[in-house]
Amino acid sequence: MPFIAAFIWSYLLWLVLTAGTNGLLWSTQELIAGLIFALIVAYATRDVIGEKAGRFLNPVKWLGFIAYSPVLFWGMVKANLHVAWLVITGKIRPGIVRVPVDLENDAQYTIMSNSITLTPGTLTVDACPEEKALYVHWIKIPEGMERPESSEPVAGPFEKWARRLGR
Amino acid sequence: MNWVSYLIYTFLAISLTFNTLGSIALHRFPDVYTRLHGATKCTTFGTIFAVLAVFTHALYRLHVTGDPKYLGMGLHSIVALIALLLTNPTGAHAIAKAAHLSGYKPAKAVIDAYEEKLGGEGK
Repeated sequence: MPFIAAFIWSYLLWLVLTAGTNGLLWSTQELIAGLIFALIVAYATRDVIGEKAGRFLNPVKWLGFIAYSPVLFWGMVKANLHVAWLVITGKIRPGIVRVPVDLENDAQYTIMSNSITLTPGTLTVDACPEEKALYVHWIKIPEGMERPESSEPVAGPFEKWARRLGR
Repeated sequence: MNWVSYLIYTFLAISLTFNTLGSIALHRFPDVYTRLHGATKCTTFGTIFAVLAVFTHALYRLHVTGDPKYLGMGLHSIVALIALLLTNPTGAHAIAKAAHLSGYKPAKAVIDAYEEKLGGEGK
């Protein structure tokens, strides 16, 4: 399964990078060369990619990621304007807070902490799956929010989405 | 000048505004963590809009001229954007964790829960 997943993803990437070599489609040479290189890459990484990589071939999951991108983008717009204001005024109240999260596997932790880091104003310093917590550097902690009870004030709806996408 | 050009210039203006703010943040903020916020986040947003401008330009030229090289231009910039969105948080996280483990404490911090955790483990 890791072999097939890696093969499909590298071949797709090759197709995207070489589109337009024959009209708007692909020339035969590019298709064959891509096949060979995708096979080499998939063979070389068969032990590196985990056994569960096959679930990322599930089309429902792709739709989930597409549906997630506007949520993430809207979060970035709001937070970017906020950080822009902080840059101009300089009124920061930084600190590292412990954010308890309820996630199960590594993929969910990766999605969650990457979303938090991509959103301006919050930056994941460390993820501790064994105590179900993230350590997040927050640039402007609201008064009385030094020990948040859930991830909602820090990350908004991201935890719900991470749980759904990384399953 | 038609409306597509205005759209492209708007995207570029937003992109440059946020890139400028990111550079200012590097000078204004007190320590490595807050500077990471300014440098990586404002730049990410700037890059998204720069890529959007390139993508719009490529699609428009493809529509007008039908030259397939513009298809490649648009798709390549999208791939670059996806690569950036995946690597940027990973790099920022690695820098922040490395800085904390080598002893840089957050300046002006009102709370440092990570230090409490490390202290509890007898680092």
